[in-house]
Amino acid sequence: MMDSLILRTGVRLLLPLMLLFSVFILWRGHNEPGGGFVGGLICAVGFALHALAFGVKAMRDMLKVDPRSILGTGLLVGILPGFLGAFSGEPYMTAQWLGALGTPVLFDIGVYLVVMGAILAMVQTLMAEGDD
Amino acid sequence: MILTAILAIILAAAIAPTLNRVLPALSHWFLALVPLSAALWFATQVPGVTAGTPVLETTSWAPSLGVALSFRLDGLSLLFALLICGIGAFIVIYSGGYLRGHPREGRFHLFILAFMAAMLGLVTADDLISLFVFWELTSITSFMLIGFNHEDARSRRSAIQALLVTGGGGMALLAGLVLMGSGSGEWTLSAIAASGADLRTHALYPAMLILLLLAAFTKSAQVPFHFWLPNAMDAPTPVSAYLHSATMVKAGVYLLARLNPTLGGTEAWFWALTIAGGVTALWGSAMALRSTDLKKILAYTTLMALGVLVLLIGIGSDGALKAFAGFLLAHSLYKGALFMGAGSVDHGSGTREVGELGGLWGKMPATGLFIAVAALSMAGLPPLLGFVAKELIYDDIFRNGHYLALAALLLANAAMVAAAATIFLKPFLGAPTKAAAHAHEGGAALLAGPGILASLSLLFGLWVGLPQGLLGAAADAVRGAPLGLELHLWHGFTPALGLSALTVALGLGIYTGQPAVKNALAKIQLATRIDHDRAWDCLLALLDRLARRVTGWLQDGMLHRYLAWIFTGILVLLGATLAVRGGLVWPGISLEIEDALGGSLALLILGGTVGAIRARSRMEAILSLAITGMSVALFFLLFGAPDVGITQLMVETLSAIILVLIMAKLPMLPPGSDRTRAAKLFHAILALGLGGVVSAIMLAVLDQPLALDLSHFFGDTSLLEAHGRNIVNVILVDFRGFDTLGEITVVASAGLGVFALLRARMGKRGRS
Repeated sequence: MMDSLILRTGVRLLLPLMLLFSVFILWRGHNEPGGGFVGGLICAVGFALHALAFGVKAMRDMLKVDPRSILGTGLLVGILPGFLGAFSGEPYMTAQWLGALGTPVLFDIGVYLVVMGAILAMVQTLMAEGDD
Repeated sequence: MILTAILAIILAAAIAPTLNRVLPALSHWFLALVPLSAALWFATQVPGVTAGTPVLETTSWAPSLGVALSFRLDGLSLLFALLICGIGAFIVIYSGGYLRGHPREGRFHLFILAFMAAMLGLVTADDLISLFVFWELTSITSFMLIGFNHEDARSRRSAIQALLVTGGGGMALLAGLVLMGSGSGEWTLSAIAASGADLRTHALYPAMLILLLLAAFTKSAQVPFHFWLPNAMDAPTPVSAYLHSATMVKAGVYLLARLNPTLGGTEAWFWALTIAGGVTALWGSAMALRSTDLKKILAYTTLMALGVLVLLIGIGSDGALKAFAGFLLAHSLYKGALFMGAGSVDHGSGTREVGELGGLWGKMPATGLFIAVAALSMAGLPPLLGFVAKELIYDDIFRNGHYLALAALLLANAAMVAAAATIFLKPFLGAPTKAAAHAHEGGAALLAGPGILASLSLLFGLWVGLPQGLLGAAADAVRGAPLGLELHLWHGFTPALGLSALTVALGLGIYTGQPAVKNALAKIQLATRIDHDRAWDCLLALLDRLARRVTGWLQDGMLHRYLAWIFTGILVLLGATLAVRGGLVWPGISLEIEDALGGSLALLILGGTVGAIRARSRMEAILSLAITGMSVALFFLLFGAPDVGITQLMVETLSAIILVLIMAKLPMLPPGSDRTRAAKLFHAILALGLGGVVSAIMLAVLDQPLALDLSHFFGDTSLLEAHGRNIVNVILVDFRGFDTLGEITVVASAGLGVFALLRARMGKRGRS
């Protein structure tokens, strides 16, 4: 944890913006530069900065869930929609579309969650070890 | 239908633990219904198969790899399938009684049914690759079963030993099957046999033969790979009865019989099989005579039987193959009954030591009767099936004049007579002992199996016409041509009958002169002392030491040395490939820097790098490297790769954060532990070399005309078929989504891995 007023103030302003931006990047990724991977990274950077400024416990309190659960959920969200194609007899991961919503979008959300969860799990453990 | 049978048994395995929890006292009876119905279905196939039309089934499995789940049921497969499902059903019932109240009974049923499914697949598989897969599954499930009492160190050791020996054989099997497949151009057993491709004259025939024999000999415990089988008897008795007498150890014999039409009949085949089989038979008999534990005696007589079966395939004459089919059935029936009977004795009296048993006839009459019948079959006395089989063997070996083999068989069979007498006479008819005082029968579940199998030994002996058709079809399959098997209980006064009489006389002589025989055998063993178990342990210890040495050498705990190894590897592999393939080219591009922005970024990259090299502290180095990384990211943004650019930016930021976090807790290096001059020089050369190779690859790529097929394809289809305009992302999540799935799984494991590693470190620190 860094006891720095500048970082704390900056993070307080930056975190909501970064979260919004990460979701925006994720959403627009299909048509313009962006995507789940970058989105997940941005989100993770936001939380990691927060942890640097306010400590890892504050970050965990704000996150509410364990990053490892996020990671697992992401993996499930990535894997499960792939089976939808099975209902029409198509191979695994054949894209299914319903208007603008399709399984690739769900898959991208899975990527987002996995990247974010994995990085936060690392950051959290590294910082937790430093605390003791 | 064959696949259905296998799947049904797998399903039964899957529900076994739950069923056992719901109905602890009855689950085994229900579970046994599944293999029993499979056995009944197989029985309905007997007339068709005997008439000469095998059942064929093909289900596409991995069509892109050309792997199909094809099954074929000819006489040999059908005989095995009936043994597996039939004996299997009784084993399931028996183990329900044997393990009554055991906390892990459900798990046991899970393992044994899973094994049954694997074994059934193995003997019916037609496709070479599925054959291998099922083979490995039997090794793995048998590992679970041998190590069932996993609190016991001996069980664990035996399980690992069996797994390593049979698993090593499995590797050889895969290699051998691949050689067979590529040598003949066909990937199913039936197609190889039908294609008429003569593998015996193939240039790689010796390699095929060695590999496949290695697989068969390890699985079927032939000398010198026999040592794991007696140790495997640490498993619960139902396992020994099922895996190590009736089914799994016969998988190797099955493989040899199955390959006989395509690979057999050569000199090498004849000698390898007859020598290994003969030595195994003799060794097994000798060890059986020396043992005093009922289960050990049976284990060694099993070795003898496996040896005889291999020997018969090796001899390969028509008569020998007929005898093979007969003896296979006879042995499975009597040995299954004997193992289960011995388990009942153990269950009822608490001991398996022959010396401690006596007078059980009054306490356990039914078990005694079944053991007596089965033992008579093992001794090869009329009117049991064992006698019929033995006559067949003697008849053919005598007629073909293989006198050495005949002598070996005579000795081995005489030992069987003695072993059969040992198993029955003293424990049941001897003077009552303390252990026998409380002995009692174990109930219907423990009696059903031995009872039925012993009765079949008798029934098939009296009414040889009953199994004749199926055994004939099995012998035909081993030969690959019709043989016309005829079984008779009474052959008339033939040389074989004389040999049988001699065997019995010799056997009884051995039994009465047991102490002297044991002494003599002990002396012989001392003279030829090879302790296989000790040798095995030494081998493993040696392997362990080697691994430790190599690991200590490659990974000595210094991070820069790990990296040096990795980078050297990359440098050598890539550099050598580049040089050999003539990739060192200078593309036709000019090196003038026209773009002021690009030029200044390039300068920044250089500056960052120089700063990192000259840095005096780690923090300085990291910040300098961050300059390099950020400049590269800007490069990407500038030259039209925004996706890559953003990602690089984020990765740089995260790396900086994580490195700062790690940095805070790295110990300061003690003074004087700095790298030596030579190391520094080596690292400099390595870094320059690796950078140079990567640059050379880039230049070589630039020299190639850009192939636009893929770009066009993705450009054309991205929006129309995948509803996205960002081609990079559409490739990531749709076109090549499966790759990305693999990548995020790696990311996930990395995240969890860091967590687990650091936690382990913290735990260690907490303890110390």
